[in-house]
Amino acid sequence: MKRKLIYFAWVRERIGKSEEERELPESVVSVSDLLAYLQTQGDEYEAALQHAHVIRVALDQEHADHREPIGNAREIALFPPMTGG
Amino acid sequence: MAVTPTIRVQADDFDVAAEIEAVAAGRTDIGAVVTFTGLCRDENGRLSALELEHYPGMAEAEIGRIANEAIARFGLSGLTAIHRCGKIAPGGNIVLVVAASSHRQAAFDGANFLMDYLKTSAPFWKKEHAASGQTGDWVAARDADDEARLRWQKVGGES
Repeated sequence: MKRKLIYFAWVRERIGKSEEERELPESVVSVSDLLAYLQTQGDEYEAALQHAHVIRVALDQEHADHREPIGNAREIALFPPMTGG
Repeated sequence: MAVTPTIRVQADDFDVAAEIEAVAAGRTDIGAVVTFTGLCRDENGRLSALELEHYPGMAEAEIGRIANEAIARFGLSGLTAIHRCGKIAPGGNIVLVVAASSHRQAAFDGANFLMDYLKTSAPFWKKEHAASGQTGDWVAARDADDEARLRWQKVGGES
């Protein structure tokens, strides 16, 4: 199953793209598995995600805890803590 | 009557008076309207602009979730939240909240609650543009904003 990964703010800048489609390995079950997997996908991913605990993740446009399973989410967004308002 | 919040994310500026009018128009049950407007600061001359990036779709959805929670929790009669995106110069508007209720306390609390949650969970990010013309850093999240949000959990005993 192809997933759409979307990146925002300095996560986007460090990875060098705003979105991509990816097939994830079966070993990627939870949000934290996803972050650990992406860190192995090149220097730019490692630079963006090295402090994985600060990265916020949304599954199909809803905030998700790092322990949550990614399940069938089609759109997965990674971004820094929010600074709106 | 179910209250539906008005939520918008837009590049254009907003008119505070017109938004108050829109919430209160045709209503005779509203006794209080509280507005909050967030503006762009120049940080003592250091900045020429803030650039606001957002997650289209989720930004509206997340503010909508917070707004519905505020309406239910405080019994609001009307609620509008508008957040601008793109480049905003110092002095310009960034965010507007209009909260209406029968009595003032609910409107004050509703606007305050919405802003505290919006700051920490609505997907927006600010990038600084320096007065020197250089693109600066992303604004870092503040612990004080997380603490402001947490106090609502202590008060109400809910998330």
